[in-house]
Amino acid sequence: MHFGPHLLLAALEGLVTSAVLALTALGLSLVFGVMRVVNVAHGEFFMLGAVLAWAISTAISGHPALGFLAALVIAPLIVGAIALIAERLVLRRLNYNPEATIVATIGMLYIIQQLALTFYGPEARPVEPPFSYRILLPWFGYSGYKLSVIAASALLLITTWLVLTRTKIGLIMRATQYDSETAQAFGIPVDRVYGGVFALGAMLAAIAAVLIVPISQAHYLMGQDPLLLSFIVVIIGGLGSLRGTVVAAVLIGLSDGIISMFFSPTLAKIIATLLVAMVLVFRPQGLFGTASR
Amino acid sequence: MSEASPAKAYALHLGVIALLLALSFVLPGYYHGLLARIMVLAVFAMGYNMLFGYAGLLSLGHAMFFGAGLYGAGLAIIQLGWSVPAAFAAGLGCGVVVSLIIGLLALRTTGVAFMIVTMMFAQVFYLLILYFATWTGGDQGQVVPQPARVLEFGATSLDLTNPTVRYMSALALFTIVLLITLAIVRSRYGRVLVAIRENEERTKMLGYDTFSNKLMAVVVSGAICAASGAAYALLFGYVGSSFASVQYSILPLLWVLLGGAATTLGPLLGTLFMYYVIDVTSGYTSAYLLIVGIALILLVLFFPKGILGTIRQRWLGWLP
Repeated sequence: MHFGPHLLLAALEGLVTSAVLALTALGLSLVFGVMRVVNVAHGEFFMLGAVLAWAISTAISGHPALGFLAALVIAPLIVGAIALIAERLVLRRLNYNPEATIVATIGMLYIIQQLALTFYGPEARPVEPPFSYRILLPWFGYSGYKLSVIAASALLLITTWLVLTRTKIGLIMRATQYDSETAQAFGIPVDRVYGGVFALGAMLAAIAAVLIVPISQAHYLMGQDPLLLSFIVVIIGGLGSLRGTVVAAVLIGLSDGIISMFFSPTLAKIIATLLVAMVLVFRPQGLFGTASR
Repeated sequence: MSEASPAKAYALHLGVIALLLALSFVLPGYYHGLLARIMVLAVFAMGYNMLFGYAGLLSLGHAMFFGAGLYGAGLAIIQLGWSVPAAFAAGLGCGVVVSLIIGLLALRTTGVAFMIVTMMFAQVFYLLILYFATWTGGDQGQVVPQPARVLEFGATSLDLTNPTVRYMSALALFTIVLLITLAIVRSRYGRVLVAIRENEERTKMLGYDTFSNKLMAVVVSGAICAASGAAYALLFGYVGSSFASVQYSILPLLWVLLGGAATTLGPLLGTLFMYYVIDVTSGYTSAYLLIVGIALILLVLFFPKGILGTIRQRWLGWLP
């Protein structure tokens, strides 16, 4: 294959990564933006989504699309419920103190990971894609499912954006993010908003995982990389900024796809992590964000 | 805090050291080795406590400093064939250099950003170890050969693989670091750190250069952790990348939280207690990460001050 088509393939793979990453990072960004909580267990909610998708799709017989659709609906709901319980039982009692919540979410990370290992096992298990149509390009055939992942993610991102900017729920969330005390004074149930946002963040990660699991398999350690990449995206995009998150996700996903196709993936990760740490050190508001209040 | 009774505090610390010395002659083989390991790791926790407990800086990247000491000492022996004291010095030196660089960069941030930045630098350090697998051994790790782990004093030589020598070396390191920590905590400098923890703006206003004080704390903390890492490589003879992974940044935080942040003996107590819990529960389950997770959550929810912190608050106000 020549360089051009090779690059196109790398870019397509990168876009699939970007699509999933944007959803996952959006969840992390919402939780940080509204609640000021750094959720270290976010990657584990992603993993739970994938593992549940496997469990649901194997439990349902018949056409693979049936199981997949069921997983796409049920898995995020279960993960959201788990997140809500965790938020009510732990984070709320800590008064959302930033440092205490990081320690607590690290604890959740270990608990979820270990439970997944105990009940799901150390194997990586595949989920059958709902359809296996290949789109034939002049140089190579490309999986139609992967393209549909990009479309689905774009659709979800636009929906989230519309909800945030055009609905009353979005208004309430933005008011809470802007100034939670004043929001409380105006009769907004800040406490319930926090619970809802934490569950929503986890559900976004779970949806992203269900979408990706027919491409890469479900494994109990699969939450680590999305967590780190989501951090990178959220930091580069500016904490709490939706547009910045999407732009950064496309940027990181594309460069990750292209760099790791031509260079060693470990080296790509080293460079990316180092660059992001430097961004955080020298430009803490992110590349696209405005200075924090 | 501990103004009233320095004698009591010193007596307590010397008593703990004497107790550890006495235990060396009583403990059966398995626990003897385990306690030596716990003392070395307690040094790691004491280094972490220096920064987290006293200066109030929560780092999620201390595995990098432990790893700098571990690899600095281990690779000096394996790749360069250095002697034991030179290798220990190399590990310590690596820790000082790494912590100085990281401190200069990471201290530009505060709060949550500091935690994430330290975690990311530690991740880079970890990935570098995997990337340069030809020298470091990658995720397989490397064994420090037994003949190299001998301390020569002229005619006499001490074999660090001998259980008694190993225990005494670990105890010596523990004693030195414990006394250094106690001295720092009771010094003027220690009080400046606590002042920074309690209210950085006010400390700055009183004329203290908080940045260089914090940088000093990072370097002291990094050096102590590196000393622990170097001792681990020399005494237990294994250098592996898992010691630089995120998990080894979380563990000292857990030990310190459990024992009591900003208490000199808390790190030892926390490490000891956690190992004991894992040892007891390993009979029932192999899921020790589950216990670590539950312990972390219960601690921040119900005992944010840890064991010794709670004791100090309730009964013994003079505990340093």
